[in-house]
Amino acid sequence: MAADIISLEAITKVYGRGEAAVRALDSVSVRVHAGDFVAVMGPSGSGKSTLMHILGCLDVPTTGSYRFGGEDVSRMSERELAHVRNRSIGFVFQQFHLLSSMTACRNVELPLLYRAARDRRAAALRALDRVGLSDRVNHRPNQLSGGQQQRVAIARALVTEPALILADEPTGNLDSTSSREVLGVLRSLNDAGHTVILITHDATVAAVARRVLTMSDGTLREAA
Amino acid sequence: MTLLRTFETGVRGLLSHRLRSVLTTLGILFGVAAVICTVGIGQASAASVTARIAALGTNLLTITPGSTVSAGVFGGSGSASTLTMADVAGLQNKDDAPDVGAVAPVVQGRGSLISTSSNWSTTVQGSTPDWITTNARSVGAGAFFTTADVNAHKQVVVLGSTTALNLSVAVGDTVTINRIPFQVLGVLASTGGRAFSNGDDLAVVPLTTAQDALTGGGPNSVQRILLSAGSADTIGSAYQEADNLLLAAHHITDPAQADFTIQSQSTLQSTAQSVTSTLTILLASVAAISLLVGGIGVMNIMLVSVTERTAEIGLRKALGATPTDLLRQFLVEAATLSVIGGLLGVGAGLLASWLIPHFTSIGVAVSAAPVLIAVGVAAAVGLVFGVYPAARAARLAPIEALRAA
Repeated sequence: MAADIISLEAITKVYGRGEAAVRALDSVSVRVHAGDFVAVMGPSGSGKSTLMHILGCLDVPTTGSYRFGGEDVSRMSERELAHVRNRSIGFVFQQFHLLSSMTACRNVELPLLYRAARDRRAAALRALDRVGLSDRVNHRPNQLSGGQQQRVAIARALVTEPALILADEPTGNLDSTSSREVLGVLRSLNDAGHTVILITHDATVAAVARRVLTMSDGTLREAA
Repeated sequence: MTLLRTFETGVRGLLSHRLRSVLTTLGILFGVAAVICTVGIGQASAASVTARIAALGTNLLTITPGSTVSAGVFGGSGSASTLTMADVAGLQNKDDAPDVGAVAPVVQGRGSLISTSSNWSTTVQGSTPDWITTNARSVGAGAFFTTADVNAHKQVVVLGSTTALNLSVAVGDTVTINRIPFQVLGVLASTGGRAFSNGDDLAVVPLTTAQDALTGGGPNSVQRILLSAGSADTIGSAYQEADNLLLAAHHITDPAQADFTIQSQSTLQSTAQSVTSTLTILLASVAAISLLVGGIGVMNIMLVSVTERTAEIGLRKALGATPTDLLRQFLVEAATLSVIGGLLGVGAGLLASWLIPHFTSIGVAVSAAPVLIAVGVAAAVGLVFGVYPAARAARLAPIEALRAA
């Protein structure tokens, strides 16, 4: 059995104060093995976006402890969290978040700007090749289909060879053909050894994963 | 992130909004160009005023009769004729006034000059050959009259270049002044325009001739005495000697009651210099304000840029950019806009400084200091006005920023 890459212990996240306080996460505890493919399901408002922000080190929990790759990240400074994100986490967003003024290749190079990396372009070209977009290297996002844009975003997520790929509704803006393409890429990345966490409200999407967790009212449990 | 990459990222950010970047740059460009031009114009006019006053002679003194204020009423200098030829003789005495060089008594009146082809009304001065030295003038054509001419009451005249031109006469011709014929002995070299009066429009005749026929007032009366010191260094002592000598000659014990006034060009010079430096400061402040407005333009655009690129900032943060990285990126963008605007402004300022004298009579003196200061200020403006927008970008929470898309 592989080591745990993620270990959440009694994570609580509260937004606001006093009367207006909202418990987005209520004592969430979960462990994820390295190399696993986990889907987190739940309706909107269930707290899955908050969970994703905490898992992705974009936000810190109110209470509880979060160990990522053996390090306690729940008390880290913004600067240290930025380094963890850059080193170990690749994000795939529902809205792709590609920079429209840059080519596919430049978009993929972006995370490498924030670390000491040589041959950024070569690494970006390899990542684009892995998502099957070798022939779209110099296209700008508006010259690409939705599925292609999301694959560029995946290439950007994996160019740093992160331990964890965190996909937040990656198929939310795609048609069914593009969705299958994107899920196929995520699946193959998992086969290649990356830990993938997929956040979705769609059961058919979640079915791609090996393990499915469901989120409701701020609590998380294994799907039946 | 290394500085080089920060710079690369910043420049890419600017290139992705070309029109906006160009327009922002224009604000700084005009500010810097304005500073260079106005300071240049100010310095050039200061230099030209100083040069013109220096051309009047820094070692010259003018003695006029009457104190400028008598019994509380401004009588106008020269209104009371208290200077005499005896004063002139006293000043010429080397024992009493060793530092006084040339001494020229002057009488003056208006005269109607008529040549064969035209007539012209101008100032006619009667003096001695020392007039040339004490006015720091030179003769352009012909010659000035001599002491012998003065002693002989000769009817000869030396004309200013403008006067000669207006009368269409040359050396050797004859003109009449108030119906008396005078032979033109010489024409003065042009002064090139003086600060307060046109030194090229006048006629100079021997003192004796003028006293006889033109100005009246008798053979002893003098309206003005011009002095030159040996050099600009001895002007102070020459002033003292002349003052003491005249006070004694006029039997005046209280210098405040003096019935004459001695003026030097240096008082005029310092007044003129303070006027031009005030003007330079005024012009430069207007230009500095336009540079400041340019800086606020940079801040405005950078704030728009930060707001518009919230999603980009969020994404960069998610991908591992630290707050410092983003602060630097936006500072570099603001500073780059300002520095490029500043450098283009130097180009525009130098071009304008070169063009202005070609199309106007205004001189522009370009010196290194205002150019360097303007560029330095432009860069500083970019940094200072870039800090707030950059800090806002750095402070954005990544999730908030991502959500904004």
